[in-house]
Amino acid sequence: MKEIDDLTIPDLRFAQDHEWAKLEDGGVRVGISDYAQDQLGDVVYVELPQVGETFEQGAVFGAVESVKAVSELYMPVGGRILAVNEKLEKAPELVNADPYGDGWMIVVEPADLRQLDALMNSAQYLAVLKG
Amino acid sequence: MKTSSGTTGLILNEPLLWEKGQKGRCAFSFPEDDVDSSPLDPELASGGPDFPDLGEVDVVRHYTRLSQWNFGVDTGMYPLGSCTMKYNPKINEKMAGLKGLAGAHPLLAGHLSQGALKMMFELEGLLTEITGMDAATLQPAAGAHGELTGMLVIHAYHQSRGSARTKIIVPDTAHGTNPASAALCGYQPVSVASSEQGILSPEAIAAVMDEDTAGIMVTNPNTLGLFEENIRQIAGIVHEKGGQVYCDGANMNAVMGIVSMGAMGVDVLHLNLHKTFSTPHGCGGPGSGPVCVREHLARFLPVPRVIEKNGVYALSEDCPESIGKLHAFYGNFGVMVKAYSYIRTMGADGLKKASQLAVLNANYIKERLKDVFHLPYDRPCMHECVFSDKIQSAGKITTLDMAKRLMDYGFHPPTIYFPLVVHGALMIEPTETESKENIDLFIEALKSIAREAEENPELLRQAPHKPKVTRLDEVAAARKPQLAG
Repeated sequence: MKEIDDLTIPDLRFAQDHEWAKLEDGGVRVGISDYAQDQLGDVVYVELPQVGETFEQGAVFGAVESVKAVSELYMPVGGRILAVNEKLEKAPELVNADPYGDGWMIVVEPADLRQLDALMNSAQYLAVLKG
Repeated sequence: MKTSSGTTGLILNEPLLWEKGQKGRCAFSFPEDDVDSSPLDPELASGGPDFPDLGEVDVVRHYTRLSQWNFGVDTGMYPLGSCTMKYNPKINEKMAGLKGLAGAHPLLAGHLSQGALKMMFELEGLLTEITGMDAATLQPAAGAHGELTGMLVIHAYHQSRGSARTKIIVPDTAHGTNPASAALCGYQPVSVASSEQGILSPEAIAAVMDEDTAGIMVTNPNTLGLFEENIRQIAGIVHEKGGQVYCDGANMNAVMGIVSMGAMGVDVLHLNLHKTFSTPHGCGGPGSGPVCVREHLARFLPVPRVIEKNGVYALSEDCPESIGKLHAFYGNFGVMVKAYSYIRTMGADGLKKASQLAVLNANYIKERLKDVFHLPYDRPCMHECVFSDKIQSAGKITTLDMAKRLMDYGFHPPTIYFPLVVHGALMIEPTETESKENIDLFIEALKSIAREAEENPELLRQAPHKPKVTRLDEVAAARKPQLAG
């Protein structure tokens, strides 16, 4: 497993449960952090919601399965699912290889953008990881 | 240290039966064909199933070889936490194999099945006595089925009072199947974190318990192997708001004859006969998950109920408020016979002693190993103790590496990476049936593995070295499974 200093923590918003969120033109893109994928180990399955479903902030929108365990995925911001990363069905390893890029999970139409602002920035997230 | 029980030996390879079969081989002789051939409806004719052609010796050697690859409770210590892999006395197997019981047809009339019905009736009584509850059903096929039964009973109870509740409280130290069972019953599980001591605090429950909540599903002892000391107070909080207390009794092996679940405030409890009451398990069963309830819930139990009148036993469907039938016929009868035999051969004192020894053994391991492995909750445990890989992970050695290495010493690995509340968990449940000598060997093995982690970490990363198959690529197996056979 990686040392904290070896982790990639880009300039995104982060939730306590290690999801990242990024505001884009079409909505908020969501995935899990480098720390989360590293802790989980090799991801073997990703369960994602249907496009069009609506979840509140903090609700479970899916699950990620590694050889160690199944972990739930939580909405960093509430809203409607605009897109899911269908590539993960055949290639769950993308979550490990490129957690902030090709390993993205969902795009959300946010119900309230203030929820995004209330998430941690990268410096705050790093501080949490360092405990 | 004494010689490790793990050694190498000649183990034979064995292909799949389909690779082994040769056209024309057969394991028995057909009687001479004395019937004229007649045409078959073409719709019924086809190639038939793809079964390999095998001789008797092919089949016998195939399964004998596979059995030699296996490791079971009859082979050695199997400290798989949360699973209670104790040794099961063979007398119980013998009783379940008695012709009158093994051959009893489930449709045989009641007056010809008095022995079987009496056994079931008495087993229900014994289980309610052991748990301090009032009534029981033997129908559920295993633990999670028992959980669902219990949830359906609680649902029926609330419905009978005209109360439509939507939520269930499930602590993070509950068994993993609990939230699924609640959800299957239409309830929304509300997760509650355990305290820093690894148990539930009454305050945390009071904060979420309301009149929209059907009750709580608590596992006691919990999956950290700790006794929920505040259970009576928690039950009080839940009852005050009209909720019911469900206890997952899968860890009953720690508290037989010591704790009355009824007195603790539990309304519904399931037991795993295949864990606590001596049925060999693993690899899918068969199990048995009886559900015990307090008096006020008895009328909701599944049908048929076993009843007794003037010394005559019968199956009754006359329970208008019952949640209905949950299993073909009456449950997994053979497992009931083994549990009955186990309880009667052990007796009340024997069961209590079994729990005391299960707890003593786990605490002995905890105390002897807590200097070597990180112990996240350093307090007296029940039947199992949970370490983590915190010390060894500094040297890039994981729980998985240590568990794999344990195989080389001749032990089945403990449960790993569960419970989830402990990072890199190593969950050890020795059970009461291991001798002190065996447990000492196990402790020595783990101590030398901790030494190896420092001195020769690569040895652990490549482990196991002695079993027939060594480190498997679990990731590839999960991502790209090759299913054959």
